[in-house]
Amino acid sequence: MEMFFGLLDPDYFAATIRLATPLLFATLGGILNERAGIINIGLEGTMLMAALTGVFGAWFIGSPWLGFACGVVAGALVAWIHAFVSISLGANQIVSGTAINLLGLGLSSFLIRIVFGLKEQQRVVPHFDLVSLPLLADLPLLGPVLFHQHALVYVAFLLVPVLWVILYRTRWGLMITAAGEHPHAASSVGIDPLRVRYACTVLSGALAGAGGAFLSLGQLHFFQDEMVAGRGFIALAALIFGRWNPVGGMIACLIFGAADALQFRGQAVGLAIPHQFMLMFPYVLTLAILIVVGGKSQGPAAIGIPYRRN
Amino acid sequence: MSEAAAARIPEVLRATSISLAAIALALAASAVLILLAGADPLVAYWALLQGAVGDGFALGNTLARTTPLIFTGLAVAFAFRCNLLNIGAEGQLYAGALASVVIGIYLTGLPAVLHIALAIAGGFMAGAAWGGVAGYLRSARGINEIISTIMLNFVAIFFVSYLVHGPLAEPPGFFHQTAMVAESARLPVLYAKSDLSIAIFIAVGFALVTAYVLWRTPFGLKLRAVGESTGTARFAGVPVNRYVFGAMSVSGGLAGLAGTTEMIGGQYRLLDFFSPGYGFDGIAVAFLGRSDPIGVVFAAFLFAALRVGANQMQRTTGLPTSLILVIQGMVILFILGVAVLEWHRRRRRG
Repeated sequence: MEMFFGLLDPDYFAATIRLATPLLFATLGGILNERAGIINIGLEGTMLMAALTGVFGAWFIGSPWLGFACGVVAGALVAWIHAFVSISLGANQIVSGTAINLLGLGLSSFLIRIVFGLKEQQRVVPHFDLVSLPLLADLPLLGPVLFHQHALVYVAFLLVPVLWVILYRTRWGLMITAAGEHPHAASSVGIDPLRVRYACTVLSGALAGAGGAFLSLGQLHFFQDEMVAGRGFIALAALIFGRWNPVGGMIACLIFGAADALQFRGQAVGLAIPHQFMLMFPYVLTLAILIVVGGKSQGPAAIGIPYRRN
Repeated sequence: MSEAAAARIPEVLRATSISLAAIALALAASAVLILLAGADPLVAYWALLQGAVGDGFALGNTLARTTPLIFTGLAVAFAFRCNLLNIGAEGQLYAGALASVVIGIYLTGLPAVLHIALAIAGGFMAGAAWGGVAGYLRSARGINEIISTIMLNFVAIFFVSYLVHGPLAEPPGFFHQTAMVAESARLPVLYAKSDLSIAIFIAVGFALVTAYVLWRTPFGLKLRAVGESTGTARFAGVPVNRYVFGAMSVSGGLAGLAGTTEMIGGQYRLLDFFSPGYGFDGIAVAFLGRSDPIGVVFAAFLFAALRVGANQMQRTTGLPTSLILVIQGMVILFILGVAVLEWHRRRRRG
């Protein structure tokens, strides 16, 4: 019991939200492209390229916000490659995603050494600081948890209802779902599945890019090889866990963020679980959910299947 | 040569030329990056070649690195012939390494031949079990194997990390690694300086066996039938679910052997995160080898040569070794591009 109360600490909840944020950006992106029928296992590489570009942008322009914007654009451009190869060329989406991961891993590690030089790879760049919202931040308990965060945290969590409304309450949402469930039927009622898929994939890259740039500019303040550390794959787990729904995805990200925060916290309060099991947790939980729900709700029907015009 | 084999020659030639064209394009595109970095591409590529195959030591290193890539490439290719995407070779590799190391350390007093055979069989079975989980989830529960294998990878990798930090740590436990496998479980060394053991022959042997199974046995024929068209195969009476499960299990077993040969063929002890992504490279290798076991052998050699040669390139020109990952990524993208464009062209000609 004592250990449990050790975790009931505003810092722990604040860390949970902070760690969930980059995941949430990527998860929302993943939901968008998967609902349109495109699977992108290259989120990891996309986030890495965005984390790097964010650092370059922040350093050379001198502003974390413009650096972040560079990261978002970089994410969109990397996803554009995936869109071109898997939508225009109709190639295997998994293989394309694998190539993007290799490319992102290699290119980010190559460019940081070339641009900043071997000795200054981990140069600290202009970055985001925590923002305290006036008055709200002084609230007991809730203040430090919710209102003493990075500005981008609010952006990420605001995107959840925005994406939910788009997907479930607008014509765009219908078009996206049609492209992902039955592109041929969509095409017969005048929707162009290729364009919908393109738009969703590129936007999804921008969101994953936001996640990557948040990691480098909001959390680490510099770039490090492989710094995304599997979060692109956790995002894939989170969106399945959340049944391709932005709200479900958010809940998954918070759970995974809490597990992540526990790694640091658990040692401090003497939690007896080895940290490897905490790292494993998102994946085991997702597998368990998959097994319980089974193949009944596997997500969009046409996911991963290239669409060709007749 | 049989008629069936002769009929495959044009297909193989076309696939090979596509792969070679993609490699050339990727090297050309990377040359631009090298120029931007202020180095001479020709000098860099020459150093790469020298470092990969320039002398016996280099070639030994390259062949040692080829071995795990053949196994993971075969694993992905085998599953792909059944239209399954095994993204889980990395996790299956760890499962295989774990089983082989446990057999190698704790089963002692056996004659070498038996000990090695047991380590190999154990590694295959552990990998097959881990791949079989994904196969079972797919065939019995309808869960996409791409998704389940991504999850299973992380579970295996972190579980091994837990084991070498605790229960399996070599006494007295200062280092996060297991003890070394017994002498009797180690594969005969071919070239000590570069960790090259007879594992490379085992890998090539498995490639030949895999090719035989795929092209010449009823099992392989039915497996490919399921891969070509599940509906047709089911209509023809093939028990599709059993083949899906079987293909994922064999695929996992092959990936497990990548872990086995690393353990008993040169590293001799298990560390966490010891694989530099051999399992993920297997996807690229299988793809470059056009999911043909013999093609996989050549593709694995090429990828290994790039990785090994990169060190020499870095020493000579100062270029980061990560350039190699860029080249590999581009090779795959160009193959996807060239293959699909060629497919469209042929279709238009009708």
